[in-house]
Amino acid sequence: MSTTQEEFWRWHEYHHIMPNIKPADKDIITAGVDVGSVGSKAAVMVNGQAYSWGITRTGSNSPESAKKALNFALKDTDVDIGNIKYIVGTGYGRVNVPMANKAITEIACHAKGANFIWGPSVRTVLDVGGQDIKAIKIDETGRVVSFLMNDKCAAGTGRGMEVFADLLQVPIEEIGAMSLKVEKEPEPVSCTCVAFAKTEAIGLLRKGWSKEKVLAAYTRAMAVRMANLINRVNLEPELVVTGGQSKNVGIVSRIETILGVKCLPTPNWREGGLDPMAAGAFGAALLAKALYEKEQKIGE
Amino acid sequence: MDLGTQRVKAVVLKDDVVVGRGQMFAGFDPAKATEQAVNDALKAANLSLLDVNHFTATGSAMDLAPHANNTVSMMGADAKAGVFLIPQARTVIDIGAEEARAVKCDARGLMMEFVVNERCAAGAGAFIEAMARALEVKLDDMGLLALKAERASPINASCVIFGESDVVSLIHRQESKPEIARAVFDAMADRISSMIHRLGINPEVVLVGGVAKDPGFVASLNRKLDLAVQIPEYPEYAGALGAALIAATRAKGASK
Repeated sequence: MSTTQEEFWRWHEYHHIMPNIKPADKDIITAGVDVGSVGSKAAVMVNGQAYSWGITRTGSNSPESAKKALNFALKDTDVDIGNIKYIVGTGYGRVNVPMANKAITEIACHAKGANFIWGPSVRTVLDVGGQDIKAIKIDETGRVVSFLMNDKCAAGTGRGMEVFADLLQVPIEEIGAMSLKVEKEPEPVSCTCVAFAKTEAIGLLRKGWSKEKVLAAYTRAMAVRMANLINRVNLEPELVVTGGQSKNVGIVSRIETILGVKCLPTPNWREGGLDPMAAGAFGAALLAKALYEKEQKIGE
Repeated sequence: MDLGTQRVKAVVLKDDVVVGRGQMFAGFDPAKATEQAVNDALKAANLSLLDVNHFTATGSAMDLAPHANNTVSMMGADAKAGVFLIPQARTVIDIGAEEARAVKCDARGLMMEFVVNERCAAGAGAFIEAMARALEVKLDDMGLLALKAERASPINASCVIFGESDVVSLIHRQESKPEIARAVFDAMADRISSMIHRLGINPEVVLVGGVAKDPGFVASLNRKLDLAVQIPEYPEYAGALGAALIAATRAKGASK
């Protein structure tokens, strides 16, 4: 699918295979499928090591989106869906993952996935998804200690950012870097409601503000919201960001400024680093391995 | 004069009787629009600007009002107008394009307490407008459409942005438009109801503001509150009427 001029929200789907892993019959192959409201992610693991993953856009049908994501993760690999021992479904559409052996909440999966990507020092995870924002406190094993969620409002979510990308006619993958191209940070937009912020942004553009400046004012307001949520859950370092907005440098760097804390750096996902947008899928695949091993033990 | 975010309204009061009304789209120049609305209202009353003893302005852009001798808060204007229109009223709900307010008042029309939603489009007229657009239904037809439904479709009604996507996917699934429309009003009624429950409900509830003209919303709100809210004639002029009543008090005070 190609990007058309009218669809600035349309981000690129992609998948990755770890070249150094050669799955064999004796290996425990598990998968996690995270069907979110905007993106569907799947990760395949071999003995608890990330082997391949795929990130696709969610369609109108959750079971289809789950299948599409898993097939994408398996594309060009040596693994067939039949070789997978255990599959965990997660995300907003987790009950609609037809091939899953079990469904687990995305909060538990993101916690586990953050621990997997960044290691045991992570204590606070900000997960910014397509339609909600969660601040999750975790322990050194990646287990959830507590969490707070905002799922009533599009402000700052991936969906809200898509609306803004369309409004300003800037490809969504560029809005973060673009929002940082201002000499001086403007005041944040006065109202975070996406519907009202749209009106405010149009007014600012008419006043002669550049797109960069409008984006900076909007991104700032969204980052303030996220920082507040992190503070309410009692921020404890190390802090990491997962979900689609982990790729928005405008958001991540502003959260760091507001909180006065550095996040652990986002892996270079373009070069095969573990993708923080797929954190939930990685976590689900790891939990799938644990569940599979437990089942085998009971069976013995 | 009531300078709302979407429309500006003017009411002319003569000896405590409404003798003229006028309204305009606020557009990019609310002051000019107000001037026009005032002229229309005066024309309807067969009066001229020189006949007016006192001008009071209210509404979100009240500071831009022409001729204004003073201003009054939107809550103060709501309370005054609500009790003037329906003397036993003790709770006045005003739902405009971008804001919703619930005001508790006393027998004299003085504001006691209030709750406002001004940060979120899901609790104001803008929500119904956005959903009507997504449904491809005229705003004025939404109410009658919703009244045809026996039940409401499930939609995420906490946010305009999420609601829009939900409505689009429901249409793709060929769900009935009346049921979607009813879901929109039920959701609005839920929000307004939780707002006034924070105030503590006073049984005589008056609904004003542009949204009060929508029969679909009124039906949903009555169901939700389990009572019959009262709606005066010309509910969208309540803010301007409240300001005119304050102006009358000021004018009487000045002539003494």
